[in-house]
Amino acid sequence: MTNTQHLIRAVAEADSSALMVAAVQKLAAAKDPAAIPTLITVFGYNNPGAAVAAVAGLTELGEVAVPQLLAQIDDYNYGARAYSIRTLAAIRDPRALDILLAAAATDFAPSVRRAATKGLGNLYWHQLDIPERHIAHKRALETLLSISQDTDWSIRYAAIVGLQALAKIPDLQEPIQARFEEMLATDAEEAVRARVQLAQI
Amino acid sequence: MKEPGAEEYSAENAPPLTPEQAIANLNSPDTSLRYYAAWWLGKFRVQSPEAVDALIAALEDEADRTELGGYPLRRNAARALGKLGDAKAVPSLIKCLECPDFYVREAAAQSLEMLRDPAAVSVLVQLLDGGVAAAVQVPGRPHLTQPYEAVIEALGAIGATEAIALIQPFQKHPTPRVQCAAARAMYQLTQDPIYGERLVKMLDSSDLKLRRVVLGDLGAIGYVAAAEAIANATVENSFKLLALKGILEHQLKEELDVSPLSDNAIKVMNLMDSLL
Repeated sequence: MTNTQHLIRAVAEADSSALMVAAVQKLAAAKDPAAIPTLITVFGYNNPGAAVAAVAGLTELGEVAVPQLLAQIDDYNYGARAYSIRTLAAIRDPRALDILLAAAATDFAPSVRRAATKGLGNLYWHQLDIPERHIAHKRALETLLSISQDTDWSIRYAAIVGLQALAKIPDLQEPIQARFEEMLATDAEEAVRARVQLAQI
Repeated sequence: MKEPGAEEYSAENAPPLTPEQAIANLNSPDTSLRYYAAWWLGKFRVQSPEAVDALIAALEDEADRTELGGYPLRRNAARALGKLGDAKAVPSLIKCLECPDFYVREAAAQSLEMLRDPAAVSVLVQLLDGGVAAAVQVPGRPHLTQPYEAVIEALGAIGATEAIALIQPFQKHPTPRVQCAAARAMYQLTQDPIYGERLVKMLDSSDLKLRRVVLGDLGAIGYVAAAEAIANATVENSFKLLALKGILEHQLKEELDVSPLSDNAIKVMNLMDSLL
C-alpha cells in the first residue's frame, strides 16, 4: 500500500471524533490527489473539525479537485453541501460558476447560500475566454443584486461580501455602488449597513 | 427549560392570516385558533394598539387549560407582547410573574427582558427568594421552581444593579444554563471582564446545545473580547454569525458619531466574512 492508502484507511478506521480529525489532517497534509474522494466524503461525517481540515486540504490541492467536488455534491445533506460549496468558493475555479449561482439563489439552507454568495464574487474570471467572461460577470452580478434583497440579514450580508469582490471588475462598479448606496439608506439591519460601509472604504 | 413544542410553527406552513383576523381569532371559540393567533401577532410584530390590547386581555384567559393546569394562550400572549415592544404591557406582564403556570412566568420574564422596564425589577427579584438553595427541580417536571434563567437575564438586561448580590451566587447553581445567565447578567451589571471570560470558558463545554446558548449570551452582552473565541467555537456558523452580529451592533452603538468604523468593528466583520 502507498502512504496515501494508509492514511485513507486511518480515516476509515478512526473510531473517535478526535482520531478522525487527526487522521483527516494527516491525509490533507499528504497533498495527494488520490485523497480527494475521501476528503470529500468527510464532509458528510458531521464532524466539523474533520470537515474544516478536509476543506483546507482540498483547497490546497486546488483545480485538480474541482471536477470531483462538482460531481460529488451531496444533494441530501446540507451540512456536507455547505462544505463543498465553501471549498469550491475558496479554490475560485470558474467551472464552479453554475453550481454557485444555483446554490446562492435557490438552496434552502442558509449556510449553503452564504458560502455560494461569497464565492460568486471571487472566481478567477481571467480563466474564462473573453465572451464567456462577460456573460459570467453579468450572471454573477444579477444574482448577487437579487440576493442582496433577501429577507435573511445573513444572506444580504454575504451578498455585500460577494459584491465587494465583484466590484474589482471596472464595468460592474457602477451598479454595485448604486446598490450599496441604496442598502445604506434602506436596510433595517445595522450590521448590514456597517458591512456596506466597510465595502466602500 | 423551554416549553416543549413552543415556537415550532414556521411562517411557511401557517394558514394565512391578516392582523384583523388574528386579533379577532384571539376571542374565537376554538382555543387552538386563539393560541395560534397570539403566536402569529408576535411573529409578524403586529404593533397596533388593538393587537397589544387584545394580547393583554389574553393574559387573563381562563378557557384554554392543559391537563396540568397550564395556560397555553397566556404563554403565547406573554411571548408575543415582548416582541411588540409596547411598554403598556408591562404591568400585566409583571402580574404574570405570579401566575401558577411556570411557563407563563418564564414567558413573562423573557418579555420583560425585552421591554427593559425597571418597574419589573422588584417582582423579578422576589422570584429569586430563597437563593440557590430554593432553585431546585420541581419533582416530575422538566423545570426548576422558578424560571431562573429568564429572571436573571431580565435583571441583567434591565440594569438592575440592586440585584447584583442576589444574582452572584447563581454562578454556582448546578445547572450550567443558570450559571451562564448569572455570568451574563453579572457582566451587564458590572462590565467586569471576569464574567465575560467565564462565558468564553464555557465555550469549551462538551455540550453543543450549551455552547450555542453561550454564543447567544456573548452576542447579547456584546463582549467584544470574545470575538475570536466565538469564531473558533465548535458550533454551526449560523450561531457564530448571530453572536458576532450582536457584538458588532453593540460596538456600533458605543461608537455613535465617532469615525465611521472602528478597528474593533472591522475586526468583527472580518471574522464574520470568514464564516460565510
